[in-house]
Amino acid sequence: MTLTQLPALQVILPLIAAPVCLLLRSGRLAWLLSILVSTTALIIAVLLLRLVLENGTVIYSYGGWAAPWGIEYRVDIANAFVLAIVAGISTVVLLFSRVGVSYEIKSSDQSLFYTAYLLCLTGLLGMTATGDAFNLFVFLEISSLSSYVLIAMGPDRRGLTAAYQYLIMGTIGATFILIAVGLLYMVTGTLNMADLANRLPALAQSRTLRVAFAFLTVGIGLKLALFPLHLWLPNAYAYAPHVVSAFLAATATKVAVYVLLRFMYGVFGSSFTFDSMPLQFILMVLGALAVLSGSTIAVFQHNIKRMLGYSSVAQIGYMILGLSLASVSGLTATLVHLLNHALMKGGLFLAVACMAYQLGGVRLADLAGTGQRMPWTSAAFVVGGLSLIGVPLTAGFISKWMLVVAVLETGWWPLLIVIAAGSLLTVAYIWRVIEMIYFRSAATADGPPQEAHWSLLAPVWLLIAANIYFGIDTQWSVDVARLAAQLLFGVHA
Amino acid sequence: MDMFALYNYWVVIFLMMTGFYVVIASGNLVKKIIGLNLFQASVFILYISMGKVSGGAAPILRETVQTYSNPLPHVLILTAIVVGVATTALGLALVVRIKEAYGTAEEDEIHSQDESL
Repeated sequence: MTLTQLPALQVILPLIAAPVCLLLRSGRLAWLLSILVSTTALIIAVLLLRLVLENGTVIYSYGGWAAPWGIEYRVDIANAFVLAIVAGISTVVLLFSRVGVSYEIKSSDQSLFYTAYLLCLTGLLGMTATGDAFNLFVFLEISSLSSYVLIAMGPDRRGLTAAYQYLIMGTIGATFILIAVGLLYMVTGTLNMADLANRLPALAQSRTLRVAFAFLTVGIGLKLALFPLHLWLPNAYAYAPHVVSAFLAATATKVAVYVLLRFMYGVFGSSFTFDSMPLQFILMVLGALAVLSGSTIAVFQHNIKRMLGYSSVAQIGYMILGLSLASVSGLTATLVHLLNHALMKGGLFLAVACMAYQLGGVRLADLAGTGQRMPWTSAAFVVGGLSLIGVPLTAGFISKWMLVVAVLETGWWPLLIVIAAGSLLTVAYIWRVIEMIYFRSAATADGPPQEAHWSLLAPVWLLIAANIYFGIDTQWSVDVARLAAQLLFGVHA
Repeated sequence: MDMFALYNYWVVIFLMMTGFYVVIASGNLVKKIIGLNLFQASVFILYISMGKVSGGAAPILRETVQTYSNPLPHVLILTAIVVGVATTALGLALVVRIKEAYGTAEEDEIHSQDESL
């Protein structure tokens, strides 16, 4: 039956296509292959999501080896949801890159770019689909190594130092995860996540297990840019090629959040995570600090991509807050925000990319008077910004609403102040950009830049329209997220 | 003595902290990569140590042997070693590019060049 092969196909297709891209040499052909593969991955992800919603978990055992011995891919509602986000964003970003990449990457390097891009996609999909802890580490490294390459391809030389810094911090994070997986194997003798989940409750008092948990949390924290481990993120997003910033901002940290969720709820179980370990308080404080400090620093940035990077740190803070509530509604808020933040940040970074191509810079001062010259791009940025703030009728509002409801339910009302303050600070930094776009006239009047190419605008508006769609029709996103949250929570309930 | 019975784990911790310290304290980009290598090597030893079954022979099937060491951690760490090599190669390649772009591989000099922009 082909349907049961889907989890493997999803990951293997981009993995095989990546070296083929390298052989093609032509940037255009490599793009064609990439978009084909990414679209197929999206179709598979949607099929998988429908399949798991109807029939429950889909399991694929590699080489026919049964679960605790062989590597299995186990797709349930939670990771099918994340797979769909990753494959969807990747496809939209690739639609954008047909023209976009030609602005920032030499034509001789374009096939290399798509090779790295597909490898990164493979890693992210693999991390999400796998049900094996060590396999997760391998895919984590595949996605990390290729994302260092992608970031270093940026036109600015600071892209190189940003990629180097990310490489150092990312490798430390990944090695921490490796240590944790080793320690888990030491006490349980298994690497399979479902098997681990069965064996760990009996070992809850083991010190090795606690050490493993600590290493794992810090390691994943580095990958998802949890405050104060976020230092690599703003530079990496600021100096990477614009297309890469959009892709990584919308997918990489999301997958890391998912991995944290999976380990905390699916493997260790919520009772160990929140009762035996003092993680609730730690995550809550760090999440709140991330929201406040990320948003505050964003207000003072002159480089718009750096500003959006710090804003990402703050948005990850919201996800961590939802997670730290240790309730189904909190987890639902985190998962909904996973989707919504991917849509808004992807849209915003792509809109900024359009401006950068036309105006030649991403500093705030470069954007003066863009409103008249690039009305569509500017409008897209405004709608994306409103969604980031959390204005009603946008996806961002739904995330905030869910989070506020979850906070009220669990009685941690001081967090409401943090959420409100974060939103106000978001208004401040988005307003700075809007003011520059609409209320300042351009410094130089010679040959006003025109609107971006339609093939760049279409993907931007696709994501922006999705922001509005998921702000109005929340049936699908919230329901799937709630089912996924119940599933993650119910493992040990 | 008991404290030294698990001496390989002491080696692991010593190597890990040494590597970690070099990554943090060194300002030279190549030395940072060396520190990172040490740090990863410590984890390799951790994995190899945990596969040892006391009294167990090398995991090669023979008729006279009853107890074998666990081969799985060795196989796992082989993968991690490959990942480590790839990371080192990529890190060093980045250092070469940084040296070409900035004319130095010292962190503080790179920083001051970026500040002066």
